[in-house]
Amino acid sequence: MMSRRARLRLGLALLPALMAAACALGERQTGRLVIASTTSTEDSGLFDVLIPAFEAAHPGMHAVVVAVGSGEALELGRQGDADVLLVHSPAAESAFVAEGHGYDRQPVMYNDFVIVGPRSDPAGIRGMDDAARALGRIAAAQETFVSRGDQSGTHMRELGLWRTAGIEPAGSWYRDAGQGMGEVLGIASESGGYTLTDRGTYLFLSERLALEVLVEGDPRLRNDYSVILVTRAKNEAAARAFHTWIRGPEAQAIIGEYGVDRFGRPLFTPNAGATVP
Amino acid sequence: MSLLRAEGLRRRYGRRLVVDVDALEVGRGEVLAVLGPNGAGKSTLFRLLLLVEPADEGRILLEGRQVRPGDREARHRVGGVFQRPYLFSGTVADNVAYGLRARGLSKRERDARVAEILALLGIESLAGAPVNRLSGGEAQRVALARALAPMPGLLLLDEPTANLDVTVRRRFRADLERMIRTLAGAAILITHDPADAFALADRIAIMEDGRIVQTGTPEEIALRPASPFVAAFTGAELLGGGRVVAYEDGIAVVELEGTTVRLGAIAPEGATLSPGTQVRVAYRPEDIILAFPDATLGANPENRIPTRVASLGPAGGLVRVRLDGDVPLIALVTRHAAQALELAPGREVVACIDASAIRVFPTG
Amino acid sequence: MELFTQSLREAARLLFEASPYLVEIVVRSLRVSGSAVLLGILIGIPIGIAVGLGRFRGRQIVIASIHTGFALPPVVVGLFVYMLLSRSGPLGSLELLFTPTAMIVAQALLAAPYVAGITLAAVQAVPPEVRLQALALGASPRRALWTHVREARLGIGAAVVAGFGAVISEVGAVMMVGGNILGETRVMTTAIVLETRRGNFAVAIALGLILLALAFAVNLALTRLQQGRWTAMVAASRDREPVR
Repeated sequence: MMSRRARLRLGLALLPALMAAACALGERQTGRLVIASTTSTEDSGLFDVLIPAFEAAHPGMHAVVVAVGSGEALELGRQGDADVLLVHSPAAESAFVAEGHGYDRQPVMYNDFVIVGPRSDPAGIRGMDDAARALGRIAAAQETFVSRGDQSGTHMRELGLWRTAGIEPAGSWYRDAGQGMGEVLGIASESGGYTLTDRGTYLFLSERLALEVLVEGDPRLRNDYSVILVTRAKNEAAARAFHTWIRGPEAQAIIGEYGVDRFGRPLFTPNAGATVP
Repeated sequence: MSLLRAEGLRRRYGRRLVVDVDALEVGRGEVLAVLGPNGAGKSTLFRLLLLVEPADEGRILLEGRQVRPGDREARHRVGGVFQRPYLFSGTVADNVAYGLRARGLSKRERDARVAEILALLGIESLAGAPVNRLSGGEAQRVALARALAPMPGLLLLDEPTANLDVTVRRRFRADLERMIRTLAGAAILITHDPADAFALADRIAIMEDGRIVQTGTPEEIALRPASPFVAAFTGAELLGGGRVVAYEDGIAVVELEGTTVRLGAIAPEGATLSPGTQVRVAYRPEDIILAFPDATLGANPENRIPTRVASLGPAGGLVRVRLDGDVPLIALVTRHAAQALELAPGREVVACIDASAIRVFPTG
Repeated sequence: MELFTQSLREAARLLFEASPYLVEIVVRSLRVSGSAVLLGILIGIPIGIAVGLGRFRGRQIVIASIHTGFALPPVVVGLFVYMLLSRSGPLGSLELLFTPTAMIVAQALLAAPYVAGITLAAVQAVPPEVRLQALALGASPRRALWTHVREARLGIGAAVVAGFGAVISEVGAVMMVGGNILGETRVMTTAIVLETRRGNFAVAIALGLILLALAFAVNLALTRLQQGRWTAMVAASRDREPVR
């Protein structure tokens, strides 16, 4: 039976050991590649396939994905906390490169946005091929529209469409949620409203949503993904390796097939080698 | 040489002088009581003497050596028991062993000493009991055992019986006396209860408003109180003011204010009570003898005041008699006397009190 | 409704089978929050004791600051730590961003005020005469202080439990500084957010149930600590009267 004092000393002696063990949890960060990407890309599960493939092709390299909104991903690039970006916000990306924070912006894949809404479609936009005018009708009818509001690629695209339609959305019908795509779709579904979404996230959640695809196919709804090298990257070599690999045949093939088994069609269309949008 | 001596001890809280003690000492083997009403500064004095609070002025000498709070040797020789038990969480045995652990005794020594003390107090059965299951009286005993286990050279106690029911108080007092005299080298008892002081102490120091106003044996304090305050505090009754009208052969005749009653009183030593001196008068109820109005008592001169019984009440095994006549009095008589005198409200009697039992204190 | 029960059943199955994905996340959550609380204890208990027992100028301000720490929004703490650990930040060279260590640091900052504040209250609730009585029994000042603090140990235990409860269920800080990286910095709360977004409700519910169970266990421990001895503490504090 140990005296109380001895027990206390033992406990205190173990303390540094416990802390060291805790710190050891983070030992793999030296030499790792930090990829900043978006939540919708992460949500699609594409990285669960891409990353293991990348690491297999590059033994010794360890890649991690930090998934945040496009705006935040670009900010991580500015701060130098990410080595390479895979985002889908063309206007912001151009500015990012123009300001010198990144370089060698190249296309990787694209998918598309769709406008979804309730089956009843009170604003009557089903089947329209002009996304901007569809939004205009929603505004005119003052039907609920839920926005990402988070400077994400989706949000930027939505704002661009409003601009094209010549409308500044305001009023109680326009709900600025400030959240991710999944949450926004949930809000739209519950309140019987419309929203702009990437097709991938919609497909994932469609079972639970009372929403249908109402407008699709407008070229303005194309969602282009680019890979950008970060000027202040820490792990330049790995960043370059990823930048090259993801536009290479192996990665592009993986991208072209991803989603087929679950949805019957790929979620993304690979287009490395095309011109930068 | 005294064991503990305090000189010129002063302590202020803000602007108020809470303790202002010129001299206080206790000798080896002695029990000193510091007796005073609440607010007299006794608890502060307790903490100063215990060296857990620093005095603003003055010094404390332990066997001739000055000590201050933090003094190592003093810490091990002077022990204290606070008014509330403040038992530490754990068992009774853990608590009683606390001071022994602090002094580095081995486990065997500690266990032996603890068992001894608990037996002395008759609470061996409580040794393993957790302290939150103890009654008030038990807790007080454990606190006492805890303080005495290290056999301190000097033990200070703050209101040791204040938290106890009246019924357990007497029993506890007896144990307290026995334990202190057996296990402590000397003790200072801080109390507001004259019963504690008179029962336990060899000497009593009366404290009023931070100052010691009289120090002496219990007899001296009771029979020769130095001031009306001391007299009243130790059980005397005050008769109010009076004026000396005659003084001869050490006996002063005092006329009580607002009455025609004159009492003969023996002047206190060294006092000259010239006629005209204003005085305050006090007496002890037990010094009044009641008699039938027409009785003739001894030949010695004494004060005889015709009066009438106002009410009777019990006082321990005695009878407290309130008398109202020219001057209100209180007498303490035996039951036997009360019966023999057929005391009842309205009964006319004579209150007799010897001149030596009247205390006068010059005020002018 | 059909979907809901289906997810619940699926969640139960995942729990029952102890899927490796779940296990890894839960273990990491416990490690991160546990280490954070340990760190919070190292910082918080000494501060709580010092402020609880000390008398110094500005003490009120310090106490108010500690209590303000109770209301720190985790995401704000996360942002602050992110800015510290970012490569463009002062501690960027430590390369701690997006690692469990960063998460531990952020959560420790969240837990420490709880530990300090509740320790402070517990230590103050012990009557000051306890320490004096210990001194009067021959204890050295250090031993007497320890005796006083020991009387507060139940309250201090509650402080630790409260600190743990505060961090095990937060998501803002660990998301910001951890990045929710699969296999490295994903914990229960961030995983729930992610899986919900992805539509994997079963996983989210399973994790949520585990989190609820943990939170309940924590609160049960806290309640027992407080209730069980609360009556004793109340009795002891009622015994106190002004020492004059």
